Formats: sequence, C-alpha cells, structure tokens
Amino acid sequence: MISGIWRAIARVRSVSAQTELDRDFDDEAAAHIQIAIDEFVRAGMSEDAARRTAVLRFGGVPQARERHRDARGLPILEVALQDLRYSARMLRRDPGFALVAVLVLGLGIGANAAVFSIVNQILLRPLPFKNSHELVWIEQSRARSGLSSQTYSVDAYERFRARSRSFTDVSGYFPFSPPDNERLTVSGESVPITTISVLANFFSVLRVEPAIGRLFTPEETRIGGRPAALLSYPFWRRRFAADPQIVGRVIDLSGHPVTVIGVLPEQFDFGSVFSPGTSADAFVPIIPDQMRDWGNTLSLLARLAPGVSVLRAGSDARSIAPELPFNAKHPEWKSHYTATVVGLKEHVSGQLRRALVVLWSAVGFTLLIVCVNLANLLIGQTGARSKELAMRAALGADRGRLARQLLTESAVLAAFGGALGLGIAWATITYVAHRGTVTLPLLNTIRLDGAAMAWTLLLATASTVVFGLAPAMKITTRDVQSALKEVGPGMSSGRGHHRLRASLVVSEIALACVLLVGAGLLLRSFVRVLDVDLGFRPMNVAAIKVDDSGGGSADKRSAVLQDLLARVQAIPGVRMAGVADNLPLERNRSWGLSAKGKHYREGELRGTFVYVVTPGYLETMGVRLEKGRTFTWSDGSTTQPVVVINESAARYLWPGENPVDRIALVNGRDTRVIGVVADVHESSLESTGAWQMYLPVTQAGAVGTYLAIRSTLSAASIGPNVMRTLRALNPTQSATQLRPIQASVDRAVSPRRFFMLLVAAFAAFGLLLAALGVYGVISYSVTQRRQEIGIRMALGATASQVRRSILWETMRLVTTGAVIGAIASAMLSRLIASLLFETAPTDPVAFAATVILLAGAAFVAAMIPAGRASRVDPMQALRPS
Amino acid sequence: MPTSKLDLIQGTLDVMVLRTLAVMGPQHGYGIARRIEEVSGDRVLLNQGTIYASLIRLQQRRWISAEWGTSANNRKAKFYTITARGRKQLADETAYWERVFGVMGRVFAMQADGGST
Repeated sequence: MISGIWRAIARVRSVSAQTELDRDFDDEAAAHIQIAIDEFVRAGMSEDAARRTAVLRFGGVPQARERHRDARGLPILEVALQDLRYSARMLRRDPGFALVAVLVLGLGIGANAAVFSIVNQILLRPLPFKNSHELVWIEQSRARSGLSSQTYSVDAYERFRARSRSFTDVSGYFPFSPPDNERLTVSGESVPITTISVLANFFSVLRVEPAIGRLFTPEETRIGGRPAALLSYPFWRRRFAADPQIVGRVIDLSGHPVTVIGVLPEQFDFGSVFSPGTSADAFVPIIPDQMRDWGNTLSLLARLAPGVSVLRAGSDARSIAPELPFNAKHPEWKSHYTATVVGLKEHVSGQLRRALVVLWSAVGFTLLIVCVNLANLLIGQTGARSKELAMRAALGADRGRLARQLLTESAVLAAFGGALGLGIAWATITYVAHRGTVTLPLLNTIRLDGAAMAWTLLLATASTVVFGLAPAMKITTRDVQSALKEVGPGMSSGRGHHRLRASLVVSEIALACVLLVGAGLLLRSFVRVLDVDLGFRPMNVAAIKVDDSGGGSADKRSAVLQDLLARVQAIPGVRMAGVADNLPLERNRSWGLSAKGKHYREGELRGTFVYVVTPGYLETMGVRLEKGRTFTWSDGSTTQPVVVINESAARYLWPGENPVDRIALVNGRDTRVIGVVADVHESSLESTGAWQMYLPVTQAGAVGTYLAIRSTLSAASIGPNVMRTLRALNPTQSATQLRPIQASVDRAVSPRRFFMLLVAAFAAFGLLLAALGVYGVISYSVTQRRQEIGIRMALGATASQVRRSILWETMRLVTTGAVIGAIASAMLSRLIASLLFETAPTDPVAFAATVILLAGAAFVAAMIPAGRASRVDPMQALRPS
Repeated sequence: MPTSKLDLIQGTLDVMVLRTLAVMGPQHGYGIARRIEEVSGDRVLLNQGTIYASLIRLQQRRWISAEWGTSANNRKAKFYTITARGRKQLADETAYWERVFGVMGRVFAMQADGGST
C-alpha cells in the first residue's frame, strides 16, 4: 500500500525528468553490455563475437528503454504527450491534408448544428409559455381565403367561451392591425408604432406575467373605461430607456392619452409566435362592445382544461360551432361557423414542418458526404503512410501504440474541426436570428442547440476515429514485411484499397447528386415564383402610411384625400398617386360579396378581400383593368354605390357573363359592378384565386391610409419631398419611410428564398466534397500507376492519350455515381413535391443541370492529376527509386 | 507481443529479483540477470534487458535501493541492494507463494474418488 504511494510519486516525478532518467538508463545498459563483453572475452571469445553476443542477449537497448519508461513513468500521459507532439508534426508536414480535413469537418459540423438548432427551435422545442402543451389554436376549418374566414365575431367568441367545457379559458386577439398602425408622440415628436389589440384575458391564458405593473382589468375593456396599454420589453427599453417609473405614466397614442399599466417580460415576443417577421410594440385591450358589429375580427386561442385532450376539445368545439351567432342583434344573418382545434405549437410550425424536414434531410445527406469524404481522405492519407507505420512497427512500436498514435491524430483533427464548426454554427445562427427579412416563426428566439452540436460533433469525430484507425488494424507482422519490401513511392497499398476509395467516391457523387437535384428543383420553383404574374406592377411603386386626419364623413375625407393627392402629384418625379386602406401582400380583411338575385348554398361564398381606394390608386399600382372602368371622383356619397371586382370573383359570380353593370351585394348593400381587374396576390405570391373587390373611398369606410406613389425616381430620393408635403397638411404626421412595394414582394418570398439558399448551400458543399473526393482518388491512382504510365509513354503513347485515359477513369466513377444518384433522386423528389411550385419532381432541367454540374466538377477535379500524368517522364518513372 | 504472458512473468520476476538480492547481496543488473538465467534455465527472461523494468519498479516501491559503484573488473556499474522494506515484502511473497504451491499441489494430487471434499 505504502509502496504503491511511493511508486506513484516516483512515476509522476519521472515524467518531468524524462531525459535525465533516459541517460541514466543508457549508461546502465552500456555498463551491462560492457560487463557481459568482459565476461565473454574472458571465456575465450573474440572481442567482436563477444560484443555481438552481449548485445543479442541484452535484446535491443531501445526496446528495453521503452519498457523501462513504461515501468517508471506514467505511460498513458507520456505517450499522449508524445503522440500529440508527433501528430502536430505530421499535420504540419502535410498541411494540405490537415486543412482540408479540418475545413470539411468544420463546415459539416457547423452547418449541421445550425440547421438542427433551427429545426429544433421551430418544430421540437415547446413554445416559450408555461405549460405550452395546453395551448390550442381555434380556427374555422374552411380556412381558405384569408384571415376573415378563419376568425370569429365578438358574439361568436363570447358564446363559444360560455358554452365550451373543454377549456380553462378562451382568449384571442385582433389579427388585422397593420404594422405601424399607431403614432406615439413623445415631447412633440411622432414615431409610428405597432399596437396589437388583445382580449383582456390574453396574457393570463398564455400565463405571461408582466415584468412590472399589471395586466388589463375588466374596467379597461368597457366603453368609456380608462385607455390602458402594456408595453413590450424591447420597446420599453428602446423608447423609454427602461424607465422603471413608466407604470402609471400617460402617453400620447395617435392623439389619445393612454396610461401605461405595465411592461411585458423580456421572453415574451408576440411577433415571433403569432406573426413572424413583425414586432409588436404595445398591447391595448379590445373593447368588445366596440367591435361587436365589425364582423369576424378575432383569432382565437385557448388553454385546455386539465386532462382534456386536443381531440376531445376538437369534438366539443365542432359541436358548439354551428350554434355560434355571427351577430346577436341580427339572428337572421346566418353564420355557418365551424371550429377546428389544433395545438398552438402545431399551428405556429405547421406550414413549415415539411420544409424543415426537407432541410433536415439535406443536412443528413451533407453529413453523410462529410463522413464519406473524411473516410476517403484518411484512408488515402494512411495508405500513403502505411510504410512509415510499418517502419515504426519494425522498430518496436506495438500495434496498440500505433493505433493510439492514429487515434491522437484523428482527435486533433476532430478538435480543430469541432472548434471551427462551433464558430460557423454560432455565426450562422446569430446571422439568421438577427435578420428581419427572414420571416420564420420563433426565429428570434433561436440559439445554438447544445444537444445538436454534441450530436454532430460526436458523429463526425466517430467517423474520423473509425476511418483513421482502420489502417492500424491492418498492420500485422506479415504486413510489416510486405510493406517494407515494397519499393518506390506510392507502391505502398494494393488494389483493394483503391477499389474501396473508388466506391466511396461513387457514393459521394450519388449523395451530392441527390442534394443537387433537390436544390435544383427548389431553385426552379423559386424562379417560377418570382415570375408569378402579381396582377400589378410593383416596380417603381412606393408606399407610405399616412396618419389619418381622423373620422369625419366620407365627403370630408375624400376632399382631404383629393387635396393630398393633388399636392403629392405636383412633386417632381411623381407620375401617379393613389390612396388605399390596405396594400397587397400586407394584412387584409374581407367582406361578403355576392351577385344579387342568385341563391347560394351554405358555405359556398367566400370572404372577399376588400380594399377601399381613391381614384387613381389602381392605376398607380398598375393593377390591370380587364373590363369596364375604374373609379373617378364623381363616384360620390350621393351617387350609386359602385365596386370593382377581380377576375376570380367575376368568374364565379357571373360565369360566362359580363359582370359590368350587374348589381352585387356588398355586405348586403346593392352595389353596381363597374369594372373587372386582374387578380392581385393578396397575401402570398403562391396562393391564387382569392376574391377581391375595390370600393371607392367616397362610399366606404376605410381602416387606414396608405399613399401609393408611382415615380420615376427612387423611393429614397422623393421620400423627403413627400414627407414635407404630408407635414404641410398634417404637422403631426409621423416620420415613416417611403417603402418600395418591391420590398413587400421580397418579403413574401423570403421563406422560400431562405430554404432554397440553404439547400443550395448544402448542395454546393456536397459538390465541393465530391470533387475533392474525385481529385483524391484520381491523383492517387496516377501516383500509383506512374510506372505503367511511364511504360506506355515509352512505348509511344502521347500525353493527350494518357490524359484521356485518366479522364476516362474519372468519367466512369462519375457516371456510376450520377446514375445511382439520379435514380435515388427520382424516388426521393416525390417527397418534396409539396414544396415545389409549378415544377414537376422529375423536372428534366434540374436533373440535366445536376448531371452536367457533377460531370463538370469532376472533370475539373481530375484535370490536375491528369495533367500531372501526362507530364510523367518515362525515364524517371521506370528507374527504380 | 503477448502481453498476458508478460503480466504473469512481471510479478514473479519481481520476486525473483528480490530473492536474488536477498541471497547474493548487492548486485548490478547484469549479475542479477545472469543469476536468474542460471536458476530458471532461460525460461523467465525474454532477454537480459527485461530485468531493468523490474528493477525500476522495485526501486520506486523502495524495496530495493541503487547506487553507482565499481565492479570487480573495475567497470562502472549500478549496484542494487534490498532494503528492510524489501525483505519484509519478500517474506510476505514467500508465504504467499508457499500457500499457492500447497493448494495447487493438493489440487494436482486430487484423485477421482476423493474429489468431492
């Protein structure tokens, strides 16, 4: 026991005194041999024979020294240090290999960890609310045309809340508020802010506690109650410098005094859950009695009662829905409500699920390619090193020792690769999370996922280690001899080795092929989406939110707007201008529209998107007029109500007829159809066929004022002039930007662009790796066949013949890989069909482009070794080295 | 290299070294190796160099001590001496091995009819 302690101390000490102890041992060994020689000489041997016998009996000083070291020191520690030093030397000696391996590992690990983190956040992790699994989303099942037909009226909500038994509580919010819908005035200066109207119990249903202050009280939801607002945490920090005295302060919100009653917690981000890509600055309570007659205005969510499943809540909601009144004062207005209950998390991540799963698979493929590539690199590397290993084995290193050495090298590579990967993943996620133009839900809450990181790291390291070790396993005594016998560079490994690498390259090419086809299909879809006929011309159009001069009669309002438009049109560079209460590709609302005198089945009619516009607006936006006319200022409050409808509505309501001059019912009112315009993509570029109608501002109530300007100059250059004009009319006009409409179009395609770019990046990475693999194998094969090439050239083969034969070998690999890859792609691409837009999963262009790209990359990769082969000097190649 | 066999030899080799030093007094590495070779008939040591791993092990446990000195033929050599601790350890080992021999002897002498006891 005590002796054990003494020994441990001595061993640790000996690690640091290595050289000195080695010298002592060497002296002792020399003395040993000398004494033995003396003895043999005395026994009558010659000096030489005596020395030989003595050394032979001793059995090799280096081996004995090694064993001495193992016994006296801490072999594991010592060897690890030594291996580490040796690894560093090896990697420095072949920096190309080290660099490529670290890059491949780093990119693979980084990309995978980043995507896993995003997917995890959006699909797997619970919402940032307490017991979020109890939260559900309630919507109408025929959720086809826009928000209006997914939402409920106040009366319907109140009845639903009273009747349903499956929920702890039901709440909702008003989803129709456009961004920058209010104006905050602080000491004379106005800024636009976004407020969201929520039902009083909204936060308590979500179980969000205010960071400071309190939530809404019932008094604040009655007409005439004191106006109150809750601020979002970032807004409070930004606008009020995190003033702790904010509670109780009265602020000016669009000209009304509103009391701040609290600040929401930092973790609560309304936009990231309910409305990706937007931010909500403040929340005000919905006053139900005010909203009762507005129609379907509420998006509903609820918290399940304890022990109630989503399924049971669903059947409960379904049975109540038909009894819900649209408006209690008008029971004759049929409501036809339906209700579907889905988990809130599913609702948020729902539309993205498939896209993310595809992304996930792309990542999986990339990881596979990374592993295969690493295997290829390491096998190539150790193939070249088998002689060195054999030499070391002959000099007394045992197999375990060699394996440990290779393991250390792999671990060093994996450590560097892992560090690089971590950096890449972190940078990617930070970039994505702080980029407002990508409108994915929950994106701002994304952070690097530790589990994902660990997984990828583990996988990549494991593959490094497994493939790094494989050659060490092959070194047996027999191998040592055969490896040492082989002469000449590059003769150190056999045919089987080459075949293994070739099949690895084929699988790499096949995997890259699948990725490329996927990326190609998504790219084609993306281009198709960009080519979509928007129904209007967004180029050169910009819009700005105008602060309303407030209520007043339609007459007064139209006089104000007419004056405004006249002044704006006088600005140099402005060609046309018009005003609408909503812009395409932004938020929307819908009303009822039908042909008078016809009968429709229950549920047959769809909600129609309504835009209240001034004369000139349709022309400014470049909405194509198909039939009839558009509005003029003579369509006034005293003349007959008129409406312009879009083609989809016209086709359904008056099939095969000319709708112009027909009478339509707009929310029950007789209205003359005066024109038909092209369908405008109202909420996304990809949905079509929604019904739309335009009403003149002189005859209908508008909910906002957006000034659209078509100009010959850029939005930035006429912006100041426009602002000056608006300020001249309304000194409190807030300082908003004149935004190009194109920005809304770009925003609408951003998720698609995001996925397309990601998949394309993975595909490019895969292609690069495959090219690298091809380069490795071909260049190895050239080195190995140097003699053969030399003989052929000596026998009269020209340089170009040699080059051709090398390229031929390459093309054989590529063809095999591409054929396998194309078959796999054809089978797999069906799975992404739903993500494609007007592109067949077997799109020949995508497949052809992939094959050409692969062949091209492989060709370039093979050119370098092929060129080297053609420069082989036969004399040198044939001379044994 | 078959390590399992080496493991078996390791422990025994240490005992042999201790015993050699106890019987013969201070010796250098060559002397110990020669002595063990003579006694065992070349069946213990792989080669003479093997002895040094055992010597350093024993030295670290303070069962033997070492000192540079001069051999009978006026050569410089490191001489090893068994310590008091080493003698005690040797006694323990001897007792242990005698026990092992006793048990193993009885096991190998075992007959078919008396095997159950």
